[in-house]
Amino acid sequence: MTQVGIPRGLFYFYQYPLWKTFFRDLGAEVVTSSSTGRQTIDVGIVHTVDECCLPIKVYFGHIHELIQLRPDYIMAPRLVSIEYRSYICPKFMGIPDMIRASLPDCPPLIDITIDCSRDTRQLWKDIYRVGALFNADRRKVKSAYEHGLQALKSLCVLTRQGYTQHEAIELWENYCLEQAELNSGDLTVGVLGHGYSLYDPAVSLQLIERLRGLGCKAVLLESCPRDAVEQAAAQIPKKMFWTLGRKMLGSALVMDQSADIDGIVYLACFGCGPDSMVGDIVGRKVRHKPFMLVTIDEHSGEGGLVTRLEAFCDMLRRKKVQKLESDLSAYGIHAHCR
Amino acid sequence: MKVTFPHMGFMHIVVKSLLEGLHREVVVPPPISQHTLALGIKYAPEFTCLPLKIGLGNYIEALESGADTIVMAGGWGPCRFGYYAQVQRDILNDLGYDFQMVILEAPDSKISQLLDQLKRLGEKVSFLEAVQAVRFAWYKMAALEKAEQRYLYTLPRTIDKDRAEQLWEQVLSHIDQAGSRKAIDDILAQAMLSWENLPRHHEPLLRIGLVGEVYTVLEPFSNQNIARSLGRLNAEVTNSVQLTEWLNDNLFKGHLFKSRTTHINACARPYLPCSVGGHGRETVGATVDFAQQGYDGVIQVGPLTCMPEIVAQTILLRVSKEEHIPCMTIYFDEHSGTAGIQTRLEAFADMLRRRKALQADYSDVQQGGNVCAVHARG
Repeated sequence: MTQVGIPRGLFYFYQYPLWKTFFRDLGAEVVTSSSTGRQTIDVGIVHTVDECCLPIKVYFGHIHELIQLRPDYIMAPRLVSIEYRSYICPKFMGIPDMIRASLPDCPPLIDITIDCSRDTRQLWKDIYRVGALFNADRRKVKSAYEHGLQALKSLCVLTRQGYTQHEAIELWENYCLEQAELNSGDLTVGVLGHGYSLYDPAVSLQLIERLRGLGCKAVLLESCPRDAVEQAAAQIPKKMFWTLGRKMLGSALVMDQSADIDGIVYLACFGCGPDSMVGDIVGRKVRHKPFMLVTIDEHSGEGGLVTRLEAFCDMLRRKKVQKLESDLSAYGIHAHCR
Repeated sequence: MKVTFPHMGFMHIVVKSLLEGLHREVVVPPPISQHTLALGIKYAPEFTCLPLKIGLGNYIEALESGADTIVMAGGWGPCRFGYYAQVQRDILNDLGYDFQMVILEAPDSKISQLLDQLKRLGEKVSFLEAVQAVRFAWYKMAALEKAEQRYLYTLPRTIDKDRAEQLWEQVLSHIDQAGSRKAIDDILAQAMLSWENLPRHHEPLLRIGLVGEVYTVLEPFSNQNIARSLGRLNAEVTNSVQLTEWLNDNLFKGHLFKSRTTHINACARPYLPCSVGGHGRETVGATVDFAQQGYDGVIQVGPLTCMPEIVAQTILLRVSKEEHIPCMTIYFDEHSGTAGIQTRLEAFADMLRRRKALQADYSDVQQGGNVCAVHARG
């Protein structure tokens, strides 16, 4: 049976059910690397240039692990765009070439180009090309892909309930999962960030789990109403051309106006291009809620993060009880009066 | 309306000439200095790349000297540059400056869209005058590029390096003031002659290609004047990016003349078959091109955390091995110490000389490329 390896990094957290269903329907066996651990990160660091952001390093760690398993193919798509006139990040566009440059002994890559910025014709051509690898005719390929899209929809149902993409994937795969306490807690905190860093517990240093542990209900991007998010994101003068960045900005603006959100936490990656701009824009636009930006890199000391989260929660609770503090914005006119 | 714009190499001379041709009062920002950078660092988001910070510093200094309109280029991703103007405008608004921002977006398909944008900048300008202004500015730019190439050619070959640099500074200021094509031609001819007459030495030369992100290549302040440092080490530098080409490719979508881009992309194809935004593919392609032309080495420059250059840097590891060309990557950030860069450039030049000498001795020994990446922060 042909084996296809899917690394547990980057768009794994958004698209895994799609590709797993797709390849299974084509008659292939899907293998994944194990969950991100310290080992993954360390190996990833060795095989990438220093300047890469942590998610890319982690991804290379997963690829390296998959290479040891020697599957017939490794799924490493060239992700350009997943919707009209929007992009993901330049690094995603060079992923297959970067892998070939730094890991020369890897098995053949399935490096289809996912580019929906103009139309989906090229994407379908590439999907049929992949289907041909498994001797599948066009009809079979098409139905496999559509089946995959359905799997993605069922994932959306789970994430809308407040599960992270990571938890939703575990549930979808029928692994037993300790029922997370989703809706309890006296605080409600909006948590934003690129899914591949926020939902990977090893990368985000369990940010969401820690917040839950501190008595917060975490509201995620995926559970915000989509139309409201798009509407809010359209308020700024120039449409943001990063898909994930636009969604984060829109959700932040929705959360800013929503009465039951107590505060917003934004997880950024050191060296991430979109984060360096979006994090700042969000910080500038969020005027009614306390806002905290956390930057992570491969540094693994979690004490600093824990302290900041505890302090943030303490502050939110005090603000709730005392009702004395105004909503001082970290930016803008107020800040410059100082 | 007093118009200003960000600095990039000698672009201010060209843009100033253009806007004055459109009957606009122009405030050229003061030359980039530590003060400019300090202003940019203070107000810009911490992790954005260097060109945004320097540009912001330019605006603040220009607005302080009386400008009220900023002209800036836009873009449509995936590189951060396309969102620069938006972020900079928000920052300046929050700082309380009163100004308007004109953002020139590259046209989707039609060149007329761009001309419309340009026309809106002008005041009571006839179409003929607008065309003349564009053509005269272009003439200045072409002359400056010719002079720069000659300067980069002369600097490593002459003994009197100070004089060569002085001449270049003179050309810059004279062309800035020139009011006619005749004057530009005279200045150019004069400078060429003066460079020609400088005393030469007969030491062996190195040829180094400079590739990377466009701003860092073109703006000497942002790369700590790497071309000059290398020229003083008797290494001739060739820029992979020229302003005329860059404008032709990005703003005019290749409508002006046939660019080298097709060739560069073809060079990049075995290593990076598609665009990765910014200048990533051009960096890879130009490196292959330099290797095929027999250059001794390639230096890649870029601002720290530049996404397309990180992709290119990763791929250069392979290019270096397969095309047998030593590559070095230097990222620049707000750190301003020059000694670290100088040491690395000297070491790189020494290594290239040694490699060249070894190859001359044992011409059958094929050496693999050496790659090292260094941070400007040291």
